[in-house]
Amino acid sequence: MVAALSGSKLRARRMALGLRQGDVAQAAGLSASYLNLIEHNRRRVPPDVLARLAAALSDTPEAFADGGGGAALDDLRAVALAWPTAELTRADEFVQRFPGWAEAVLAMHQRSLAQEAAIAAVNDRMSHDPHLSASLHEVLSAVASVRSTSVILAETDDLEPEWQARFMRNLDEDSARLAKGAEALVRYLDSGGQIDAQGSMSPQEEVEAWASGLDWQIASADIPSADIPSALSASAREMARALQGDIRADHVSLPDAAFRAALAAHGPDPLAIASALGAPPFAAFRRLAFAADLGLGLVVCDGSGTLVLRRAAAGFSLPRFGAACPLWPLFSALARPMQAIEAVVEVGAASPNAARFSLRAFGTASHPAGFGGPELRRAMMLIIPASAGAVPALGVGATCRTCQRSNCPARREPSILAGATGRNSGPNSGL
Amino acid sequence: MAGHILLIEDEPNIAEAIRFLLGRDGWQVTVLTTGQGAIAEIARLCPQLVILDLMLPVRSGLQILTDIRADPATQDLPVLMLTAKGQERDREAALAAGVSNFMTKPFDNSEMRAAVRMLMGGD
Repeated sequence: MVAALSGSKLRARRMALGLRQGDVAQAAGLSASYLNLIEHNRRRVPPDVLARLAAALSDTPEAFADGGGGAALDDLRAVALAWPTAELTRADEFVQRFPGWAEAVLAMHQRSLAQEAAIAAVNDRMSHDPHLSASLHEVLSAVASVRSTSVILAETDDLEPEWQARFMRNLDEDSARLAKGAEALVRYLDSGGQIDAQGSMSPQEEVEAWASGLDWQIASADIPSADIPSALSASAREMARALQGDIRADHVSLPDAAFRAALAAHGPDPLAIASALGAPPFAAFRRLAFAADLGLGLVVCDGSGTLVLRRAAAGFSLPRFGAACPLWPLFSALARPMQAIEAVVEVGAASPNAARFSLRAFGTASHPAGFGGPELRRAMMLIIPASAGAVPALGVGATCRTCQRSNCPARREPSILAGATGRNSGPNSGL
Repeated sequence: MAGHILLIEDEPNIAEAIRFLLGRDGWQVTVLTTGQGAIAEIARLCPQLVILDLMLPVRSGLQILTDIRADPATQDLPVLMLTAKGQERDREAALAAGVSNFMTKPFDNSEMRAAVRMLMGGD
């Protein structure tokens, strides 16, 4: 906080004593208008005047010493230098008259500098990311060849059979190469690439990367919790500690032997396990998802639908950025708390990597501050690999941006991949 | 129409398409698939135009362009550079190094032919 100035302190003291400005001015031998200027920090207070005013207010001059705002003044001058329209010579007046605004301007300036630095770091990383650069170059080269060759085939009426055969072969090669390059690029975008610079990761990503490196064995009831690396950011360490706390509590409410017995009896059904052992449902979701031998995935979202925890299951991509596929039952569970919602889904339909999963979701609504507070919602979705079967599966993706499913009524934005159409064909077309 | 063009492009299918296009327009096109030995080939073939991919193995297109401009015998040789979107910084460097023109991949065939005609002094 910018320190309060003498004028403000004098005014506060006078008003606290219930004295009129004119009376205090008269007692100190000043005009009322001069005191008014002083109280509004428009005039500096000479020491002898301060002494007289202090006496009139039954206090010592030290009690009204000028907080000065020296450092703030220097910082504001630095801001003014960067903004030619700012009145540099009036910086001290600004601090004196509007200390709160001065603090706000400084805070915004510092935040702006921090954000510029972060943007520069991310931009630099994107510009120098060799994997991204190589993937994009591969795709662009293939596109260039396909484009040029296809135009030759389409527009050259007297193309010799030998050339035609050669260009057809080239097209076949390049289209295969293009598909491969596009898949590599999508994998990279989905996985977040070679995340190794803390500055480019969110705290949540830091926690997930750390936990994933330990196969999510970061806490239990009877062994010491895994050390949280000091290299993580302060926010990430705090989030990691909270997650460890949840997991330890899960182990208490669902002890190993009882959990394994319930799993054997009910399969990976978190609600059945929780009900059998009298445990909170979310504890059973986490116990199942973090069991190293089950190979299950988990996503957790808050009331806004933001994914706040992600443990991937093999073959089921999770978005790094932005919102997830709106068809996931996670979001139905979020909208309908306390209902068990399950869907059999297929990802990567019509590709060699197509896979089926059973998605089990459950949501809650809570009121931690009682009737007077807000309702908080949370939902979890367990991702369980499933074998192919006769049951029709719902086609889903990770996120619209990288989803190639065409004519999806839930699509909210075009895919960056060719072939995904139907942006305006479904009921979700209106923004 | 006669004239010799040296195409330095490491993507064989792109090189083949360009060679076909320009060959149909009457140009003689020689293809190199690496930057290695490019300067020696220029000295040997004395082409009227070099089409140069920016990203080449061994020696980059930018290095070759710099060498071309440093040699009094080739300092005025027209060079058409092929770049990809997102290489704006490299393009700026190539411009500073004296490139004659750019084509951005994926390029339009008719624009490529028109650019070559212009650099060969056709129109």
